[in-house]
Amino acid sequence: MSHYSKLHKILDSGQFAVTAEIGPPKHASAHGIRHHAHMLKNHVDATNITDCQTAIVRMSSIASGVHILDCGIEPIVQMTCRDRNRIAMQSDLLGAYSLGMRNVLCLSGDHQKFGNHPTSKNVYDVDSMQLIYLLRRMRDEKKFFSGEEIKEHEPRFFIGAVANPFADPFEYRVDRLEKKVEAGAEFIQTQCIFDMERFERFMEMVRARGIDQRVYILAGITPLKGWRAAKYLQTGVSGMLVPDSLVNRLKNAQDQKREGIEVAIEQIKYIRENVKGVHGVHIMAIAWEEVVPEIVERTGLFPRPKADLE
Amino acid sequence: MIIAQQKPIKDIAAMVSDCRKVALIGCAGCVTVCLSGGEKETEILASAMRMMRRLEGKPLETVTFTATRQCDPEYVDALEGLVKDVDAVISLACGVGVQYLAERFDKWVVPALNTNFIGGSRVHGVWEEKCGLCGDCILHKTGGICPIIRCSKSILNGPCGGSQYGKCEISKDVDCAWQLIYDRMKKLGRLDKLMEIQPAKDWSTSRDGGPRRAVREDVMIG
Repeated sequence: MSHYSKLHKILDSGQFAVTAEIGPPKHASAHGIRHHAHMLKNHVDATNITDCQTAIVRMSSIASGVHILDCGIEPIVQMTCRDRNRIAMQSDLLGAYSLGMRNVLCLSGDHQKFGNHPTSKNVYDVDSMQLIYLLRRMRDEKKFFSGEEIKEHEPRFFIGAVANPFADPFEYRVDRLEKKVEAGAEFIQTQCIFDMERFERFMEMVRARGIDQRVYILAGITPLKGWRAAKYLQTGVSGMLVPDSLVNRLKNAQDQKREGIEVAIEQIKYIRENVKGVHGVHIMAIAWEEVVPEIVERTGLFPRPKADLE
Repeated sequence: MIIAQQKPIKDIAAMVSDCRKVALIGCAGCVTVCLSGGEKETEILASAMRMMRRLEGKPLETVTFTATRQCDPEYVDALEGLVKDVDAVISLACGVGVQYLAERFDKWVVPALNTNFIGGSRVHGVWEEKCGLCGDCILHKTGGICPIIRCSKSILNGPCGGSQYGKCEISKDVDCAWQLIYDRMKKLGRLDKLMEIQPAKDWSTSRDGGPRRAVREDVMIG
């Protein structure tokens, strides 16, 4: 079987995948992301490049992806439905593929209210479900979103989506995941897991319906820098669940940052050993990329497999 | 109905600061019901503006009238005599009324209201947006709850990951439309309907297709 990307090949080989996240800068220099890419390149299989996360203007995910790729990491280009209509999306997808991008992650995107341009207009011409479906159709049926034929060189992306087991209505979250798989999602990255019990319940339902046999699921892990970060995610971000026990554990730690790293390591080890149906981890070290190598090494996930595309 | 709210009086006054005589035209339609541009509001605004201008030492003369509807040429025509010698016309109708007046009279016509949305009244004094005017109603697919306008991302295959405790990520005061849709479909025993992938919407029937026009030849006269 031919593979769409290196990440696809690693997942298909049954190895536990590791992805991380690099946030593009609020300026026009690639120095920082290149630095992070060099730091991570031996420790991850691919990195997400966020698309103006929390609706803050940043360097474009595709342009950043070119830098990351140049540094030797396979990018996962995030594409939200917030800022582009279907014309701009397809144009960017064609461009991204031509520049060597092979993975796309489809998301709704945070509402612009949270960003640095709260007076802007949002788009949502298509939603994330439709984007997944249309991307698959572009690849498998060689059709533009409109249905018009793509005569040659259709983009052939490995298609990713997100799932949030911590949002509501909880019982519908597995349905929606299944719907994304039906639409064409081939890998899933979850929202940051802090409430392990809830994640396990979610995965139980996923397994009961055999969804883990149809899609690769990467568990989202975020090392926290301290109890204030935990508290902020607990109270200030919709769709996050952070147990009080975690906030308190960090609060009582002598070295909170160290404790945050330890928690992340424990979570990954726990998931690998106990939660069936998970095919990898997605480490979102927000503005803390430098801790990823240690986490990967100490969870026994280093060295990463070699997976050159044929 | 169309829900509109009055602009701050200083903003309205600024639009006619160089005028000596203005006509304030209310509307007996939607804006009367939502208490922003009916007869009562028209008289109050006229009186407030006269007071304001008197205090500024630049007295303003006003004439007032509340049309049956400003969105109908028949009722707009009847205003001709009233607006003949005024320097400006202040419309207390929605944006439609303002435009009908501007189209009909060669006068400086200004809006006294901000036209907000189409919706209904929840309780006295509270109005809610309910319809996104997309021109291709899908309420039969969503349990009678419109995701186009009630979901802050207009998602057709929701809810997104920002829905928690029944609320939208934008505010704890905003219900997640998709939670409402889910609850309602569950109650009606139709959750299976939500598993259908709703295709990308054809927005050409919405404002994206350009200004719309509805024609009913069967009721046209002549």
